[in-house]
Amino acid sequence: MAHAYTPGLKVTEKLLVRKHRILPLKGEVIVKVGDQVSPDDVVARTHLPGNVVPLNVANKLGIPPEDMGEVMVVKEGQPIKDGEPIAVKKAFIKWFSSTCTATIDGTLESISSVTGQVLQRGHPIPVEVTAYLKGEVVDVIPDEGVVVSCQAAFIQGIFGIGGEASGTLHIAVPDNTTVLEANLIDENMKDQVIVGGSLVTADAIKKAIKVGVKGIVIGGFDDKDLRDFLGYDIGVAITGSEEIGVTLVVTEGFGQINMAQKTFELLKRNQGEMVCINGATQIRAGVIRPEVVIPIRSEGVAASQEGEAQMEGLAIGSPVRVIRHPYFGRLGKVTDLPAPLHKLESESKARILEVEFDNGERAIVPRANVETIESK
Amino acid sequence: MAKFENPDEIKVIVATDCGSTTTKAILIEYINGEYRLITRGEAPTTVEAPFEDVTMGVLNAVAEVEELSGRKLLDENGRFISPCQGDVGTDVFISTSSAGGGLQMMVAGVVRSMTAESAERAALGAGAIVMDVIASNDKRLPHQQIERIRALRPDMILLSGGIDGGTMTHVVEIAELISAADPRPRLGSSYKLPIIYAGNKDATGPVKDALIDKVDLKTVENLRPVLERENLGPAREEIHEQFMEHVMAQAPGYKKLMSWADAPIMPTPGAVGLIIQTIAEIYGIEALGVDIGGATTDVFSVFRPDGKTPVFNRTVSANLGMSYSISNVFAEATLPMVMRWVPFKMDERDLRNRVKNKMIRPTTIPQSMEELIFEQAIAKEALRLALIQHKSFATVLKGIQQQRTIADAFEQSTSGATIVNMMSLDMLIGSGGVLSHAPRRQQSALMMIDAFMPEGVTRLAVDSIFMMPQLGVLTEVQPKAATEVFEKDCLIHLGTCIAPSGTSKKPGPVLKYTLELPTGAVSGTLEHLEMKRFDLGVQENGLPMTAKATFEPERGYDVGGGKGNKVTKVIHGGVVGIILDGRGRPFDLSSLSEDERVTYLKKWMTELNIYPADKL
Repeated sequence: MAHAYTPGLKVTEKLLVRKHRILPLKGEVIVKVGDQVSPDDVVARTHLPGNVVPLNVANKLGIPPEDMGEVMVVKEGQPIKDGEPIAVKKAFIKWFSSTCTATIDGTLESISSVTGQVLQRGHPIPVEVTAYLKGEVVDVIPDEGVVVSCQAAFIQGIFGIGGEASGTLHIAVPDNTTVLEANLIDENMKDQVIVGGSLVTADAIKKAIKVGVKGIVIGGFDDKDLRDFLGYDIGVAITGSEEIGVTLVVTEGFGQINMAQKTFELLKRNQGEMVCINGATQIRAGVIRPEVVIPIRSEGVAASQEGEAQMEGLAIGSPVRVIRHPYFGRLGKVTDLPAPLHKLESESKARILEVEFDNGERAIVPRANVETIESK
Repeated sequence: MAKFENPDEIKVIVATDCGSTTTKAILIEYINGEYRLITRGEAPTTVEAPFEDVTMGVLNAVAEVEELSGRKLLDENGRFISPCQGDVGTDVFISTSSAGGGLQMMVAGVVRSMTAESAERAALGAGAIVMDVIASNDKRLPHQQIERIRALRPDMILLSGGIDGGTMTHVVEIAELISAADPRPRLGSSYKLPIIYAGNKDATGPVKDALIDKVDLKTVENLRPVLERENLGPAREEIHEQFMEHVMAQAPGYKKLMSWADAPIMPTPGAVGLIIQTIAEIYGIEALGVDIGGATTDVFSVFRPDGKTPVFNRTVSANLGMSYSISNVFAEATLPMVMRWVPFKMDERDLRNRVKNKMIRPTTIPQSMEELIFEQAIAKEALRLALIQHKSFATVLKGIQQQRTIADAFEQSTSGATIVNMMSLDMLIGSGGVLSHAPRRQQSALMMIDAFMPEGVTRLAVDSIFMMPQLGVLTEVQPKAATEVFEKDCLIHLGTCIAPSGTSKKPGPVLKYTLELPTGAVSGTLEHLEMKRFDLGVQENGLPMTAKATFEPERGYDVGGGKGNKVTKVIHGGVVGIILDGRGRPFDLSSLSEDERVTYLKKWMTELNIYPADKL
């Protein structure tokens, strides 16, 4: 296949970010095109049908299911209240009558004379969708949701934990190689999104949660710490719903690995700005990567479109990062792209490239094991 | 397109498989009295935006086949030229598809280990991904079941429950739960979700009453009419019917593709199951196939528990794979189990990070020998775990009263015992990147032996380019072509593994052997914990060479004829040859000390020429 390389993650100074904010079911959109919104503003809301709780009335009353019609005192579609009677079996002597009461508040959905079961439906559950970004509503999809857009500095991570969050951006380390340790986190960082260097320790994350940090953006994270921290091993990379009290965006990979200089510099330039992050990751068909969005006010140069194809491919001089051992994490420039298949040390035959690392050393690497470093 | 009364008139066949990322086309021609693969081509699948028309990918893949073969297949309007005349056109076009996530189903039954399991077997056999199994006794509360049904958006639901004439209450209750959940189909909301009812025929009326307003209900024969018998055929056929009518029809371009095809488009795994069943049937053998992918591992098997009737089973291990799911393999198998196959020490923290980095960057490949050895160790564990799941699913029917004689009392076989018998298994077929593209074929053979631990005499093969799906559909049109191409072009015959079953605590002989190889007879003794390899290759027509062999196991060891009994049979060669495995069964590395383990691993790997000696 022609594109046997990883296209790389986006790290860009200015991008037009558009986010679809859609309800799970049809409902009401409460903003209009042109409205300015903040991350926590509700843009659409709806009600999910309530939970269904079955109740076997025939069993409770000791009657055959076909007698259901005679005992029910509440009809299908009528409201019910927890503890109030819905069926009564009358007897000649009132004392021997028995009653079956509802077990939830809501409505009676159905009565079955085959199984003797009734279905009770709880009250509708309200669901709200927030704007997530600080920006403008540029489109309304009637009854479903909106599209929020803003110009922003945009960084794609490789892996994340936790859902959407926003706060003020704070650089907590002097440079991109520093490990973010617990002693670098203090109470002033409450409600902030903090940036570390090459690694964040498990203690630092615990401290961050304790002081109320909203999110951490970091170069690398140790898998063993992740497992100890979550209490389980992440088997399949589908994340975003963890409720650990902080959102984590890892920009480079697992293990101690310096955050790319460009990423770090971009974050540093935006110190003190409001930032929106999302740790949700899905690495299967329809890849979702975690992200850091820093909405910007300045006009200046036109921003490129999110998702705009930037697949120029590899060329001599392209900056790349190696993403597998034995050169994992090293940065360099492509110096040769030979066409024929090359036999690797593992004896696999693959298309390769020659890379010159920052220290001048050169190496042969399979094209599948590098990613281009995109920046605009 | 031309239809053929007599399949023997079919001389040229084009078959495609539309995978989620790549569409693969093959060209088969009848030349010199046999069907052979001429060439293959591939192109990216075009189901997703911006193309949203699967036929574009199909045409691109076919165009590559045209270029490579010199046969003109498409006319100027991009339609197949049919029937073939000389070197223009094709007689038949067929296709399979797993694009857009394949066929995703939910199944429901009354008792988890009985009707629900039969329903699961029917769905898996039809090539579906089973998203969840709902049963009256699955330990979830009814409202939890309803929430689950509501949250899943399957392509269809298969509902079963109760034997004919039995109690109706439970299956109607499940129908009521489904009705309350009001499930929506995965693709589009323009049609009602298809539900296939294959349960107690007496309950058809009440089930209809509960569901008819909300779903598109189809009724077929009960898949468990009596406890002692499964009747999965009608349910499977209806699943294929609904797959064509609803799922395929919703996917972009499929209506056009369906109109081109000479046989119904089949879900890819369903077609793989068909070819394995066909091979098992034609040769009267027991076969086990495995396809290890990036996210999932499929296992297909045909065994004959009564010695005669073939029983087919398929399982999908959803989270055992070599890229997206590699971290899960590591978590389920545990580190020591993976590392037992690695003949050197590695740091745990570093290993964990390497596995996770492969998960988040799934397209990378092992560059160093150390990485390859480690990746193949993980593959062995993924395959081993997938077989365990398959064994626990491929069982005799559960919940049946068995009449036992005094002789059976010592057999300890219970209701629900597995029918997977590694001793009677004749053929093991592997496919998927890690097996099909291993740098050395010996590595594929050893991965399968270490993972599956075949017993007795077992042939080994790999599917070189994953052609099994196309050949599966071809069995419906021209079975002779399918089996000939399968044997000669699809399979890479690796050879045969001879592994005596039995254990010994001390060194000593396990087996005496005589192999009448074309280069001359060899005989000798296989020692405990020893592995040996002999050359016995492949003929020019792609079929393996054969040789007569005699095996005399020691007392306590069995190669298929009973403990200590001599076995004489014809064995098949391949690109690896004949492997004698004296490590015993069950095989247990844990009885060896750390140093012994490394020494033995290196010895086996050197004897079989698995890795370069200087890298061990």
